[in-house]
Amino acid sequence: MAAVSAPTPVEVEQPDTDDLTVLDRPWVTIVWNDPVNLMSYVTYVFQTYFGYSKKKAEKLMLEVHHDGKSVVSDGSREEMERDVQAMHEYGLWATMEKQDV
Amino acid sequence: MSDGFQRRRGGGAIATFSGFEADLLRSLASQLVELLRNETAAPNSGEDPLEEMLDFSGPTTEPDDPVLARLFPTAYPHDVEAAGEFRRFTEGTLRDHKARGAGDIIETLEEAGLPPELDENGLTVDVELDPSESVTWLKSLTDIRLALATRLGVEEGDEGYWEQLPEEDPRAHVYDIYQWVGYLQETLVDSLSR
Repeated sequence: MAAVSAPTPVEVEQPDTDDLTVLDRPWVTIVWNDPVNLMSYVTYVFQTYFGYSKKKAEKLMLEVHHDGKSVVSDGSREEMERDVQAMHEYGLWATMEKQDV
Repeated sequence: MSDGFQRRRGGGAIATFSGFEADLLRSLASQLVELLRNETAAPNSGEDPLEEMLDFSGPTTEPDDPVLARLFPTAYPHDVEAAGEFRRFTEGTLRDHKARGAGDIIETLEEAGLPPELDENGLTVDVELDPSESVTWLKSLTDIRLALATRLGVEEGDEGYWEQLPEEDPRAHVYDIYQWVGYLQETLVDSLSR
């Protein structure tokens, strides 16, 4: 993102945002494809539980459907345990793991 | 046959079932409650009987029943210890919520006029769900579908196999029920999404 308030143009070493993200949000929740859950339902769950837009929810749902799985959220270990438990409440097949660095 | 769910004014969903359909849903929900309450949620593979008796916090290993294993997946596929801890702290709650959800389906149907024993022809059951009851039904219909599919052995893209089964094959009948519950769920999602 662009910084707009710097008074003079200076060379700044940009932090590696990927590293920051991983340090900050080291765990991910993965939803796996299953032959039972309806595409409309999976989209609905992603929208209502995560608050994602319909577009984003559909994109993730299609990833699950076509690729067999999708990373649906990331964050601390505690946060991901909450998300995985919530997905199990909805009947989705969810697991969690540490992000690939 | 029921047209499934429609949007309810003010949120939620409504549906009209025949007595037979309502009775079928009640029976599926009861079986789910029975399964969830039946297989013990306590650990039963401990080496030390005293330790086992004193450890009533929750199970740490995957349930034996394939339906329960699907309803309560292993959260950490590569870490047995973390998976056990997660299960210990979550499975009891999940079981309880799922059993309560199925119980709510039964209660709603009976409050809507489904008698304890179905003996009347031409009975219709009008179900009205507020937004929160709708979500309970959505989750519980999912659990019922997962249970039926697991028992049948449904796999991705195998619709053709089930549809060509001879009518006298009992699995054909179960598959029809599975599809019907899927139809109900699709119309319920649709009612809540628009």
